[in-house]
Amino acid sequence: MTETYNANWHDEPTDYAQTGKLPRIRTAPPESALGSLNITAASADPELLDLPWHIALEEWPTESLAALPRGISRHIVRFAHLGGSVIAVKETSEHVARHEYHMLRKLQRLDVPCVEPVAVITGRTTPDGTELDPVLVTRHLKFSMPYRALFSQTLRRDTLTRLIDAQALLLVRLHLIGFYWGDVSLSNTLFRRDAGAFAAYLVDAETGELYPELSSGQREYDLEIARVNIAGELMDLAEGGLIEEKVDPLATSELIMDSYRRLWTELTARESFELGERWRVNARIRRLNDLGFDVEEYVISTVADGSRIQLQPKVVDAGHHSRRLLRLTGIDAQENQARRLLNDMDAYRADNNNLDVDEEISAHLWVSEVFEPIVRSVPRELGGKLEPAEVVHEVLEHRWYMSERQDRNVPMAEAVQSYLDSELRHRRDEAEIMLTADSRTIGLDGDSSFPDS
Amino acid sequence: MATVTFDQATRVYPGTEKPAVDRLNIEIADGEFLVLVGPSGCGKSTSLRMLAGLEDVNSGRILIGDRDVTDVPPKDRDIAMVFQNYALYPHMTVADNMGFALKIAGVSKEERAERVREAAKLLDLEDYLDRKPKALSGGQRQRVAMGRAIVRNPQVFLMDEPLSNLDAKLRVQTRTQIASLTRRLGVTTVYVTHDQVEAMTMGDRVAVLKDGILQQVDTPRNLYERPKNVFVAGFIGSPAMNLLELPVADGGVLFGGTVYPVRNDILDAAAGNTVTLGVRPEDLVLAAPGEGLQVEVDVVEELGADAYIYGHTTLNGQNHDMVARVDGRRPPMKGDTVFVRPEQGHVHLFDTTSGARLAETV
Repeated sequence: MTETYNANWHDEPTDYAQTGKLPRIRTAPPESALGSLNITAASADPELLDLPWHIALEEWPTESLAALPRGISRHIVRFAHLGGSVIAVKETSEHVARHEYHMLRKLQRLDVPCVEPVAVITGRTTPDGTELDPVLVTRHLKFSMPYRALFSQTLRRDTLTRLIDAQALLLVRLHLIGFYWGDVSLSNTLFRRDAGAFAAYLVDAETGELYPELSSGQREYDLEIARVNIAGELMDLAEGGLIEEKVDPLATSELIMDSYRRLWTELTARESFELGERWRVNARIRRLNDLGFDVEEYVISTVADGSRIQLQPKVVDAGHHSRRLLRLTGIDAQENQARRLLNDMDAYRADNNNLDVDEEISAHLWVSEVFEPIVRSVPRELGGKLEPAEVVHEVLEHRWYMSERQDRNVPMAEAVQSYLDSELRHRRDEAEIMLTADSRTIGLDGDSSFPDS
Repeated sequence: MATVTFDQATRVYPGTEKPAVDRLNIEIADGEFLVLVGPSGCGKSTSLRMLAGLEDVNSGRILIGDRDVTDVPPKDRDIAMVFQNYALYPHMTVADNMGFALKIAGVSKEERAERVREAAKLLDLEDYLDRKPKALSGGQRQRVAMGRAIVRNPQVFLMDEPLSNLDAKLRVQTRTQIASLTRRLGVTTVYVTHDQVEAMTMGDRVAVLKDGILQQVDTPRNLYERPKNVFVAGFIGSPAMNLLELPVADGGVLFGGTVYPVRNDILDAAAGNTVTLGVRPEDLVLAAPGEGLQVEVDVVEELGADAYIYGHTTLNGQNHDMVARVDGRRPPMKGDTVFVRPEQGHVHLFDTTSGARLAETV
């Protein structure tokens, strides 16, 4: 018998490793899954079974929900409590849910900032047997916020610029590992405060694909999508009076192009210089370090007559400062927070004449004498306002400004107390931002009737 | 509006030897709706992305109209990827939601309004232009998203499994809308799907790919009635065509207890002593005991007027699945043994070694 091809190739196992491929749709679930819940999860979360999967997400009872601000989504998305954390639940089709689940797992393994996939749940039915859409469950990133929740009245231009820079950095990191996003937008990103700037996390990987490497066409198109989407998002904010009037949505959306291109060039461009200018190798690496990247591998070649050197970074890895801070202190912080803390640590070392002491030992002293006392001085009821590393950053800033104003070296304890009383106490909780009736922007996104079905 | 030409277009991924798309040649007419279909890994999405400029073309060319776009950046190709993102903005009206990309592109206010109005008319959204998306139904929101692509007046629409996100009901509905809409607009459309039913119902022509190689590009009817090879024969049609490797006999092909008559010149063209005979479920008829192939009935699917019997036959000591359509009023029962034979003039013969079709008609 020759090989025959029947149309039931739907039953082939899905090769998720295949380049640029969506997993196939199964026309019907296997019989064993019919009428019963089918959970695919990376780790056991028995509490998952306690959630009301037999009810359409739109009708979930309030007691099951965690009131978090939702972004603009074409799907129904709800937040719920799961054990000690908050999860985001999105209703979608099975193959999209599975694709996104596997893609997020891959991205996590590649150490890209993105939300953590928890489970795909299929086979949902109501008690009367009506089929419900499968869901993708992801874990909510603590202290992260959609861009619409980052401002209380209107979005200021400089906040916006910092958001767009964070988005550009995320896009560069994704492109470096060969991820084509296909739907870059502020709505598909979550932001965490990062020492006055923001760190961006990918939330929606529905349209994304991983390739061995991206063509410039793919990168440029992603960038074009980013520009159009950001312009649309800003026009929408402008229409709702939620953005500073001086902000021009179109001009602002162009910023992502510049920010992205500058960063991409610095990270990947081939540089050529005279043989005598070898210091430029180190200078380039230092510039990349300053941008937060480590150079894991680079290629140096000389041109045929040996008169010039060409340098091109091959593998760059984000998180230069985070990794150094983690190595020295065990503190896990965002990149800019880490940069800020490391600066303070270096200053501490110089101030205390510890320069001949091992860096590790000096770092240990800094943690026990600076970092930990500040974190410990935050009363428990204020613990949900900001991440510890962000609090320390803000205290350091606060102390610096106080000292400048009063023209004296304000002691740390005094600065901490002043910060707690004048700053932190007045902030909203950002660990899991709660909805309030009078919050215009959050109320807008929390409108249950809006998300598209 | 324009023609689209794949001219020996080839894509080889870095680090692989086998091309993901191998010397693809397709000429798509102005205004045509062409569907790329095939199993996973066949190269259909890669082909579409090559046209979009999202994949490098390693050799060959791609033309839109007379313009060689092989090295043109995606945004300068005058194409619209449909359904890339259809999240709607809550504060903007339906009209603004449809027209904002034009504003970004610097199109004048008057022209924007005109194009949005035209698109809204086509999409039956005229009465909603001043409303906010909140006031729309799911289907209407879907149409606003489609409107976004339409107002750009692209030369070509590209759609990569655009319906995979929708539930079954909305999928069938939207499928019909897309097909009729693109025809009314007369915009050349290239549409990728893994679903052959979707391909057959939507496409003016359908291109079937496998392993990066174009197998056949033809009208749905021709693909169904004259598949060029055994792959297309098995891929197109649901339930699938029965494909059986049968011995060549004097004056025909031995079909169980019967010789299905075939001209000698056709059989002479086949390499070896066997041919692959394809017969669609609706072209099998129940025969008298001993005549044709003996089939054990495993499942009977009753559809009212018709019924499908799913069973198996034994060829060379091996079980082989068979599907036949029978009269729905007197279907055999599960567990019955029946005999089937092809209707004269309704079989497809393929060379067993190469898989190629042996003759236009048999």
